[in-house]
Amino acid sequence: MDILTVIYAILLMGVLGLVLGGIIAIFVRVFHVKSDPRIDLALELLPGANCGGCGKAGCADFAKALASGKAVPANCPVSSSEQIAAISLALGIDAGKVECKQAVVFCRSFIGGVQRMNYNGVQDCVAANMVAGGPDACRFGCLGLGTCARKCPFGAIEIIGQVAVVHRELCVGCGKCAEVCPRGVIKMVPADADYHIYCNSPEKGAVKRSICQAGCIGCRKCEKLFGDKFKISGFLAQVNYDKAESVSAADAASINCPAGCLLSENDRLKAAYEKAGKGAKNE
Amino acid sequence: MKYLELTIGAVLVNNFVLTRFLGICPFLGVSKRLDTALGMGGAVTVVMTMASCITSVIANCLLRFTVNGKVVDLSFLRVLTFILVIAALVQLLEIMLQKLSPVLYRALGIYLPLITTNCAVLGAATINAESGRSILDSTIFGGFSGLGFALALILFSSIREKLELAEPPKAFEGTPIALITAGILAMAFVGFSGLC
Repeated sequence: MDILTVIYAILLMGVLGLVLGGIIAIFVRVFHVKSDPRIDLALELLPGANCGGCGKAGCADFAKALASGKAVPANCPVSSSEQIAAISLALGIDAGKVECKQAVVFCRSFIGGVQRMNYNGVQDCVAANMVAGGPDACRFGCLGLGTCARKCPFGAIEIIGQVAVVHRELCVGCGKCAEVCPRGVIKMVPADADYHIYCNSPEKGAVKRSICQAGCIGCRKCEKLFGDKFKISGFLAQVNYDKAESVSAADAASINCPAGCLLSENDRLKAAYEKAGKGAKNE
Repeated sequence: MKYLELTIGAVLVNNFVLTRFLGICPFLGVSKRLDTALGMGGAVTVVMTMASCITSVIANCLLRFTVNGKVVDLSFLRVLTFILVIAALVQLLEIMLQKLSPVLYRALGIYLPLITTNCAVLGAATINAESGRSILDSTIFGGFSGLGFALALILFSSIREKLELAEPPKAFEGTPIALITAGILAMAFVGFSGLC
């Protein structure tokens, strides 16, 4: 290889780089799109990990959503509260509040549920549910074989009297239990809601009563008294978690749920411990 | 016959993904759903056609020329120049799309920058340069190679959408079963060899 080849190579690369760079520069000018300057500002302050934890395609996408008001800085799960405050200050928007979620097991069958069959298989809810829909006569309640408890990375779920119970102080709301539950009886609800209606079966009250003494009978008493705090789907009443104010202890007392389904998480825990000794479900 | 090889050959016989095993990354990465596969396939086809055209101009005119009767061969710069041109090309395309067709820009989204370092695009350019194709032939080959890439991606993503519903053994869930499927798909495409 003679020296001329080297010179030509350097020339070629240099010229090519310059020309392409020039073309790009011209194109950027000609095809300039005016964008919100806050997007770049937000992008600088975001962690830039592109983790997708906010539900957007990446930090750039999230920054765009921030600028257009479709998201709040608090949606970023990676940023610390100081970083979120810095972003909201820089963009002049509200930092927002992220709703903390908590897992709740919508079943109270520790006070009595009928078994359709004697299940002797693998002691796992997913496996049990595959065998003709599980041993419980109720197809919607907690199987109590502890798949969720084993899945929980924080050890927040305990099986008491054949029903899963979430310990509120340990639950961080990651949702892994709700994901793994084959019955869908664990739901993620706002953490500040204290009272829940512990039943998951939309079947008719009479049908439920014949197999379970703990189910919601669909009497609509709660809805009649506090219309918008509850919603009824099928024959199942549920707390309306979209409402800002949750059901208070006074509300619950005035309703005095005939089926005893409307309980606070602590009351349910207490009841579970009380009934557990009797082992009502598996006798 | 020559054009048969450039068209059918590029799409089926020497399919970039399933026979040459180039561009495996997007093949596995963006094949979870059919609509993203369509977007990526379209973007790759466009970029591959343009890149093949421009790189063959460079390969034919700039990397080999005569000065004072002496032949200067700069083909060792092939990969370097091609990468430079492809990267610039994708950038230009992105800038233009952003202005001219924001809808298409949003649809392609992250895929356009991903193509910058897609080895299938560089592969098409290099294969063209090595077999000494003319500019027209290179462009045709690039376009149909892109179509072949899109075809493989669409086939694979349709299968993967079905796979979501299947219940493979626990150890095979997710990527392992996808890789096995890709292997079987590649074997099927080997059946086209000898067609032209």
